[in-house]
Amino acid sequence: MRVSHRMVLHFPPVVTGHPITYRLARDYNLVFNILRASIGPEEEGLMVLEISGEEDDYRRGTEYLIAQGIRVQPLIQDIRKNDDRCIDCGACVGICPTKALALERPSMKVVFDIDQCVACGECVPCCPVRAMELLF
Amino acid sequence: MAKTLEEINEKIRSGRAVVVTAEEMVDIVAENGAKQAAQRIDVVTTGTFGAMCSSGVMLNLGHSKPRIKFGGGEVRLNRVPAYAGLAAADLYLGATALPDDDPRNAVFPGEFAYGGGHVIEDLVAGRRVLVEATTYGTDCYPRPDLTTWFALDEINEAYLFNPRNGYQNYNVAVNRSERTVYTYMGSLKPQLGSATYSSAGQLSPLLNDPHYRTIGLGTRLFLGGGIGYIVWHGTQHSPAVERNKSGIPMSGAGTLAVLGDLKQMSSRWLRGASFRGYGTTLIVGLGVPIPVLDEEMAAQTGVSDADIQAPVVDYGHSYPEREPEIICHVTYAQLKSGSIEVEGRTVPSAPLSSLPRAREIAELLKAWIAEGKFQLTSPIAALPGAESGLVTKPMPHDPPSGNPSTG
Repeated sequence: MRVSHRMVLHFPPVVTGHPITYRLARDYNLVFNILRASIGPEEEGLMVLEISGEEDDYRRGTEYLIAQGIRVQPLIQDIRKNDDRCIDCGACVGICPTKALALERPSMKVVFDIDQCVACGECVPCCPVRAMELLF
Repeated sequence: MAKTLEEINEKIRSGRAVVVTAEEMVDIVAENGAKQAAQRIDVVTTGTFGAMCSSGVMLNLGHSKPRIKFGGGEVRLNRVPAYAGLAAADLYLGATALPDDDPRNAVFPGEFAYGGGHVIEDLVAGRRVLVEATTYGTDCYPRPDLTTWFALDEINEAYLFNPRNGYQNYNVAVNRSERTVYTYMGSLKPQLGSATYSSAGQLSPLLNDPHYRTIGLGTRLFLGGGIGYIVWHGTQHSPAVERNKSGIPMSGAGTLAVLGDLKQMSSRWLRGASFRGYGTTLIVGLGVPIPVLDEEMAAQTGVSDADIQAPVVDYGHSYPEREPEIICHVTYAQLKSGSIEVEGRTVPSAPLSSLPRAREIAELLKAWIAEGKFQLTSPIAALPGAESGLVTKPMPHDPPSGNPSTG
């Protein structure tokens, strides 16, 4: 069965020299889409990836990443709309490039669909009451 | 047959008043006509919850021992400068005030994480606020400085006093320039990439009584979760702008100066807010009940989003340069649908004021009135109307060369 997941990878400095995504494609047959990458010398690297493939390949590919010392987290843990702070003003809807943040009609409430999110981070400073939290 | 306000208040006192929100009134008038609606409905409630930058609080902290005179000195609340030019212990804190060390737009666009609006939210939420004051000593007020904490329930008077709230219609912001602009109407994508609007439309107070027949000085209203009153027309009140054939203004027109007891209010309805690249402000919840005195009031409170036009203005060049161009008009029905047509292009439109919260305010007011807890007031004096010819003026002696002495 084909699966598709968005995940955040945290690379310890020693691993950043290895071609991890090449291995995922070549050895585990996984299609990857890099949504964000921030890797510099001597520091922890960060990559947000969308990975698709057969379920078994996905599981083995994830095990490979973990065996390399990479911390793997589903994206959903890293981006949050704080519903206690949100006032449904819609400012974020205006700025979101993928409609992950959208207005539900007829209620006109703001709903966050994490599956559409590419973690661009624009909603965070745009929200007037700081209800969007990006935790990586 | 017209009703009087006193008759309506009598029905409120005896629990017999028929109260609906302005959105419910749209359907009632559409289905039954204004005449029947006027007979059946007694009060229509309105609501809005959006950024209102001309807002602030008037505080009296009480006197220290020995006494200190704030007036003529400097006072900061949670590091945000307050205005101390009145008496010894009176202060005014505005929503857009910023701490001295806020970098503003030094690294553009600035974040503006904390300002006057946030201090007001902190106060109303019951959190303690730091006061730091330095001033000059006098025989009667010998103390030169002071640092202390206070909470809202510990001080004397605290009024929310907002010189310009409840705008009757407002601009739709777009950006025709080549780069993203960061404004009080949000971050606007270049080349007509996005449009924003900040009005509740058919639920908005002054759009439901466009000629201010029932809304005036002394009108009691929902303000910040408590009770407030209209005390004057607001700054930049512009009743004589162009109106459509139903009398609805086609650009920002009337405004309200409102005042209320901060101690009755809640942080659900008063929120400090930050607009990237612009600054801080206060998001205010406001709602006005409108008595349906006659058929004309029924027709006006039955106004729908499709009947209200808003002006599309370019914030990339026209607005900052104070050029009067209006690109086109769109209705609130079009705006609320999520996209509008501007110069032949489909532009995504998003709100900045919260319609769910505006609806909640109209429902809350409806409940207060239906429960007999809130009676309506009759204006003691009218707001200037369109016949006054009043339109807001630009700043005087605006020197084109930028040199004040040759202007």
